[in-house]
Amino acid sequence: MIHFVLLISRQGKVRLTKWYSPYSQKERTKVIRELSGEILTRGPKLCNFVEWRGFKVVYRRYASLYFCMCIDQDDNELEVLEIIHHFVEILDRYFGSVCELDLIFNFHKAYFILDEILLAGELQESSKKAVARLIAGQDALVETAKEEASSISNMIAQATK
Amino acid sequence: MALSGMRGLSVFISDVRNCQNKDQERLRVDKELGNIRTRFKNEKGLTPYEKKKYVWKMLYIHMLGYDVDFGHMEAVSLISAPKYPEKQVGYIVTSCLLNENHDFLRLAINTVRNDIIGRNETFQCLALTMVGNIGGREFAESLAPDVQKLIISSSCRPLVRKKAALCLLRLYRKNPDVVNIDGWADRMAQLLDERDLGVLTSSMSLLVALVSNNHEAYWSSLPKCVKILERLARNQDIPQEYTYYGIPSPWLQVKTMRALQYFPTVEDPNTRRSLFEVLQRILMGTDVVKNVNKNNASHAVLFEALSLVMHLDAEKEMMSQCVALLGKFIAVREPNIRYLGLENMTRMLMVADVQDIIKRHQAQIITSLKDSDISIRRRALDLLYGMCDVSNAKDIVEELLQYLSSSDFAMREELSLKAAILAEKFAPDLSWYVDVILQLIDKAGDFISDDIWFRVVQFVTNNEDLQPYAAAKAREYIDKPAIHETMVKVSAYLLGEHGHLLARRPGCSPKEIFNAIHEKLPTVTMPTIPILLSTYAKILMHTQPPDLELQNQIWSIFHKFESCIDVEIQQRAVEYFALSSKGAALADVLAEMPKFPERQSSLIKKAEDIETDTAEQSAIKLRSQQQVSNALVVTDQRPVNGMTPDVPLTLVKVASTNSKEDLYPEDHISNGENGTVTEVDPQLPSADLLSDLLGPLAIEGPPDAVQSGQSSLSGLEGISDAVDSAAIVPIEGQINAVQPIGSIHERFHTLCFKDSGVLYEDPHIQIGVKAEWRAHQGRLVLFLGNKNTSPLVSVQALILPPSHLKMELSLVPETIPPRAQVQCPLEVVNLRPSRDVAVLDFSYSFGTSLVNIKLRLPAVLNKFLQPLSLSMEEFFPQWKSLSGPPLKLQEVVRGVRPLPLLEMANLFNNCRLMVCPGLDQNPNNLVASTTFYSESMHAMLCLVRIETDPADRTQLRMTVATGDPTLTFELKEFIKEQLVDIPVMSSVPAMAPASSLPINPVSLSNDPGAILAGLL
Repeated sequence: MIHFVLLISRQGKVRLTKWYSPYSQKERTKVIRELSGEILTRGPKLCNFVEWRGFKVVYRRYASLYFCMCIDQDDNELEVLEIIHHFVEILDRYFGSVCELDLIFNFHKAYFILDEILLAGELQESSKKAVARLIAGQDALVETAKEEASSISNMIAQATK
Repeated sequence: MALSGMRGLSVFISDVRNCQNKDQERLRVDKELGNIRTRFKNEKGLTPYEKKKYVWKMLYIHMLGYDVDFGHMEAVSLISAPKYPEKQVGYIVTSCLLNENHDFLRLAINTVRNDIIGRNETFQCLALTMVGNIGGREFAESLAPDVQKLIISSSCRPLVRKKAALCLLRLYRKNPDVVNIDGWADRMAQLLDERDLGVLTSSMSLLVALVSNNHEAYWSSLPKCVKILERLARNQDIPQEYTYYGIPSPWLQVKTMRALQYFPTVEDPNTRRSLFEVLQRILMGTDVVKNVNKNNASHAVLFEALSLVMHLDAEKEMMSQCVALLGKFIAVREPNIRYLGLENMTRMLMVADVQDIIKRHQAQIITSLKDSDISIRRRALDLLYGMCDVSNAKDIVEELLQYLSSSDFAMREELSLKAAILAEKFAPDLSWYVDVILQLIDKAGDFISDDIWFRVVQFVTNNEDLQPYAAAKAREYIDKPAIHETMVKVSAYLLGEHGHLLARRPGCSPKEIFNAIHEKLPTVTMPTIPILLSTYAKILMHTQPPDLELQNQIWSIFHKFESCIDVEIQQRAVEYFALSSKGAALADVLAEMPKFPERQSSLIKKAEDIETDTAEQSAIKLRSQQQVSNALVVTDQRPVNGMTPDVPLTLVKVASTNSKEDLYPEDHISNGENGTVTEVDPQLPSADLLSDLLGPLAIEGPPDAVQSGQSSLSGLEGISDAVDSAAIVPIEGQINAVQPIGSIHERFHTLCFKDSGVLYEDPHIQIGVKAEWRAHQGRLVLFLGNKNTSPLVSVQALILPPSHLKMELSLVPETIPPRAQVQCPLEVVNLRPSRDVAVLDFSYSFGTSLVNIKLRLPAVLNKFLQPLSLSMEEFFPQWKSLSGPPLKLQEVVRGVRPLPLLEMANLFNNCRLMVCPGLDQNPNNLVASTTFYSESMHAMLCLVRIETDPADRTQLRMTVATGDPTLTFELKEFIKEQLVDIPVMSSVPAMAPASSLPINPVSLSNDPGAILAGLL
């Protein structure tokens, strides 16, 4: 299973974290510190796996961002590597050629998307289309709610005039 | 892209990004936190939109790594908002900020449940996602049945069902005891007929979790898995959106093959044939392609297929095909494939008959040992270690030695230990072994544990032919400038013992040897000096005819150390000085060390542990659950000093007197004089002392004997050690008594009914246990947590299993670093029914106190029970068929703790005996059923009937029936023990044998002078 997902920039800034196993705040900070040290310093032509505290961390770099997922020692590494890419492709499709800035200012969207791809540390949906449909549906719901709210407040505003 | 609507959040993020440095960022964040705090305080004025915005900000701040210790309540409260946007934020932020151990989650359970059973599909999804990501025990208890309904509901859309399946997976994985999966075997098989690939992928993950716990129930799923695999491999009926770079869902393929690896075999010939066809197609049909993602995906499938083939024990031909593939992989440039090639080759080693083919790739593997990627180097090291045998040991060990000097620090310790083990295990001749170890010490002295050099001393002592060679080697090394201190120790020891064998060689006169060694004296630390002093004394003794100049030189050294602050050094100096002036007596006392009794090397023991580790890796993997943090929390350090001086019975205290390096046990000296020794301490029964001194245990010099306890570490030896050191050596420092925190007995008792908790705690250490039980097997993880800011040393754990349990404890490190927690898995296999209890013999040193505790391990009979609910139609025929003793035993039990019937039923359920209400017409009776698992009889049905007397609750009649006489008896006794109040036996069972020692070492420390005087 995937124990956690980290998105770290080349400068060591954390862009997204998701924990599927229970870690306290202190442990989370420690894990991030340790792994940034280990992964960000690796050269470009090395393999995408790092052995760490009895686990494996599968990571992949996209431009300035490192996507990391921590798995059990005997999990299938390549499978997880492609889960990362699957995630990136969906982000790319949603934002239209995604860049780090998109993820910084829309980190909540990244969370929504991740929640449709992974659940309980396992892959939930492998169809990009299905995920895109779900996210579009969610966006629509939020949009409708906003319109409703504004129309109600309009009405109230009108009524109290 | 602008953030839709939430300007405040965007502005905040920009501000943080514009901060020039960490301090500025901190200021900005603190300001924002203050702002949020004030806004939350005055909650009434907040619109849902504002609340949402602040909660997002909190998450952002949390993500940056700052503590956000308030506002959790607000995040959780958003979950119950009526509108989707707020609810969504509430769920997502809660699942990011909190983990399963947070109390706040409890507040949300009702809302979450309403969302799950409600009709709003989007709400269902949100709730399932959160529970699936952070659900804990309470969620499992209250929500599992609802989640289960959703998975199989025909009215739910796939999107809800796939989430429900993974949500259940989480709940089951975390708390298998809470989630009732009766009847799920059939449902699982049905789920595998699912056409929607999203639901199927989730269901397959769920199946993996279920079969990993108990494959027996899920045989009906096996052919379905093969069907799915066939469908995917042939790309039949796979919607376009579920192909990934042209490959039909590689993830589902991998998952399916993973599930298949939990079944021991595939028996049905047709299914087997289809499966092998698919596997063959994957093995042969996977080519390297240019597109990285496609290549990764197809190789993910290929590697999973390889492990499935290995698991299924395919025909030789297919196996060699696999090895050939792996051979190709370890030679490619692409680092991922090379890494995985090495990893899988190591797993392959477990399969018979392929070692020889793997050996052909040795040169290639050695190249990978020098790769620029540490991940690859680690795999190469593991593989080389695994493939080493007598035929290639020399080559491999020499490669490792060569690599040692250039390897990174992170790997040196492992590397040197592995090299030492291989050298010992496969040495073609002993002189080579000595060479290797000395080279190891030379190149990586800091990483050489004491075991390693003790072992080489043991070998040399026991092999006369080896002694001149070893001494000559030691002579060479001692001449080198700036050698490691461990090298000084081992060389000095060897030269002291065997240096005289070199007498005729150039540069090896006693004087020259002495000078070479003495040159190192200023460079060494305190613990090494005693060894050097002993060496000097031995050199002096061997100098025939006596060399006056040398003698004066050495005497002056002894004289100098007579006032040393270190007692050990001081004592040796005084003793040796006195002895050497006695002339002939010196030769007796300082005679060569006797041979060591043959015993298994502690290193080999380590090696075996490592091997079992790797075996476990490649066989069916019993995924241990995540055990981060919740099993044991290391509490703050308590004061170490000022502990109460009274000694509890459960603890043995032995003054730590002999330093580890003490290779010259004093009993050796006192052998000729033991009359005097007995006089020294009138409390000592002389017969005991004699047997201790003369018995084989007493001459075990090297601390190796007490190391990492294989077999020989018995209570007796503990006693003799204590006596030896106590009798001769003045005690250093105060004796510390360490008292346990909480009752050991109660902790054990609690753990008998629980699977995780604290087994033992004292001011220095906390030992936690987390256990998982599957049929007749169990896996306990011991969490050893050092509570201090300094390391705990000489940590030893030894399992004393009763005859009915097979127990294997993995390597326990000798040192636990400050504030660290180490986890030591312990595998348990139940062979037969028995109520005997396994004991953990645990010891460690802290400062001057050596603590030894014997702890009962909660691997008790009821752990191997699996509750089973029976209907009336099932129960009675079984009950009747088991008639009379010895299969059915009846007993009237008196002196029962008076319990209300309901509590008694609870007690039974806690013991994993499932009370079946309604089976017995009489409301005063209880009927319970369960299954007992052991290796010898697999699953055995057990039936119990209790007839209580409403007039007198202290007595009852109990009938126990099973298909095995021993089981019936043991179970009956077990239940009786639970029902009858046994007075807590002031922890007698947990008492260490050594604590019955009649002598109190403190009394010996009264007058070290008198002891010495008597001795001399």
